[in-house]
Amino acid sequence: MKRSFSILPGFRLASGITLFYLSLLVLIPLCALVWKTTELSLGELFATLTNSRVLASFRVSILTALAAAFINLFLGFVIAWVLVRYPMPMKRLFDAVIDLPFALPTAVAGIVLAALYAPDGWIGSFFTELGIRIAYTPLGIVVALMFIGLPFVVRTVEPVLQDLDSQLEEAAQSLGASPWTIFRRVLFPPLVPALLTGFALAFARGLGEYGSVIFIAGNMPMVSEIVPLLIITKLEQYDYAGATAIGLMMLVVAFIMLLVINMLQAWTRKRTGKL
Amino acid sequence: MQTQTLALDRLDQPGAGQWPRYVLTGLAIIIISVFLLLPLAAVLIEAFSEGWDLYLQAITDRYTWEAIKLTLLVAAVVVPLNTVFGIAAAWMIARFQFTGRGALTTLIDLPFSISPVIAGLIFVLVFGAQGWFGSWFAEQGFPIIFAVPGIILATLFVTVPFVARELIPLMQEQGSEEEEAAIALGAGSWTMFWKITLPKIKWGLLYGIILCNARAMGEFGAVSVVSGHIRGKTNTLPLHVEILYNEYNFTAAFAVASLLAGLAILTLVLKSLVEWQQARSLERATQ
Repeated sequence: MKRSFSILPGFRLASGITLFYLSLLVLIPLCALVWKTTELSLGELFATLTNSRVLASFRVSILTALAAAFINLFLGFVIAWVLVRYPMPMKRLFDAVIDLPFALPTAVAGIVLAALYAPDGWIGSFFTELGIRIAYTPLGIVVALMFIGLPFVVRTVEPVLQDLDSQLEEAAQSLGASPWTIFRRVLFPPLVPALLTGFALAFARGLGEYGSVIFIAGNMPMVSEIVPLLIITKLEQYDYAGATAIGLMMLVVAFIMLLVINMLQAWTRKRTGKL
Repeated sequence: MQTQTLALDRLDQPGAGQWPRYVLTGLAIIIISVFLLLPLAAVLIEAFSEGWDLYLQAITDRYTWEAIKLTLLVAAVVVPLNTVFGIAAAWMIARFQFTGRGALTTLIDLPFSISPVIAGLIFVLVFGAQGWFGSWFAEQGFPIIFAVPGIILATLFVTVPFVARELIPLMQEQGSEEEEAAIALGAGSWTMFWKITLPKIKWGLLYGIILCNARAMGEFGAVSVVSGHIRGKTNTLPLHVEILYNEYNFTAAFAVASLLAGLAILTLVLKSLVEWQQARSLERATQ
């Protein structure tokens, strides 16, 4: 590893610890996943991934994660907007509680959401009267992923909204633009990269989420079975090849999402002119 | 933020109609209350729904105690290791230029974008009965999968980025002038670290440690794959919640869950305090 000269000490020690730790904990185990997949023939790999139950679980995971991230785009934007721009009673409390989904163990979120949205639960009974079932259907998965994904949108939009240049806004106003025009043409465009980043982060997290989903999902094969659960089911049936093949597919998707998110973040920095 | 006078806010003055502000504020309060505060309250209400005695009985149950002890043990191993790693990685990435820096940063971030179930799966593939080294470790009488070491490994994996991610941008922003000055004036490496670097990064470090700890104690998916769910042996608190819930022992499940919800509340409070301290020390530095 080449590096440019610096008088600071500790490069060898720090890089030694970093590379050893990452190789042992991240790189080698991930290679095991790729390696195990190569034990399958291409035909077997194809057959595993195009199995109708596997395809259905991918459809459920992708569609619910997309729906939840999309709804969070609006909810998260409203919350970030209000937190940044309006005075509000108990703002500290509301601001702190946004991060609850990061701090609350997913299993706890899972059981409490299942209880709230069950047909006889506090929120579920209200929807039952409208003839809508939430828990134990794909809608329940969307609710769980909304809970998990909300802070991603709020926390990526908030700092950009805070740094918006108020001079542009005042100039637009003094030129006679209506509030709606100011929002649409002055305030909204610089927020687009941050909104997309928040959307992508929430979507990526939703695709892999397990703990908060399985209690509320009902886990019906073909209908409300998510990909991570199918991997666990395959492992429990000692179908290591099947679990590995699906796992590799998810790893590829995670890599793509990571690249997309990195690009969106670079775009956000460029738009806001920050490092 | 209060110091800026924003055009839209001025339009909200009497005469122009205040409805957008009230509608949006109301909407935000409803969203936060229904989606975040209500679930948190529901955990506590469900936990106490059948009285104190049943609550106490559930959390003083032998298996709950074993689960608490295991969860604390896992956090006690995982958090220090990831703290040392985080400091080393941040020192390397924020203080030196070298080829492959971007790739290394991406590799550190990777566990965040991988499903926790995959995190469990990869350790099964390496150390499981069918895995690369699984049978060797089992023969030595030191099984990894369906045992405590596997739980620790999977938890380490999912919490790798927490401390490093907090420190890298912070140290990049702070720059290295003070450290270079210390070295140029003849300070030893460790003196520089303890006297200059650590005081400068302490709030960021604490922030990372708090989040790392919360995830380490609360991890479910990754641990679920490698644990084997043996009660009293490989059952962490979140797994214990699942077992109780699946046995339709809801009150006990929510009682144990309330302990984890307490941890989450504590995490949020500490996190807010650290953020506040960080902002204050930043203010003092710029004055």
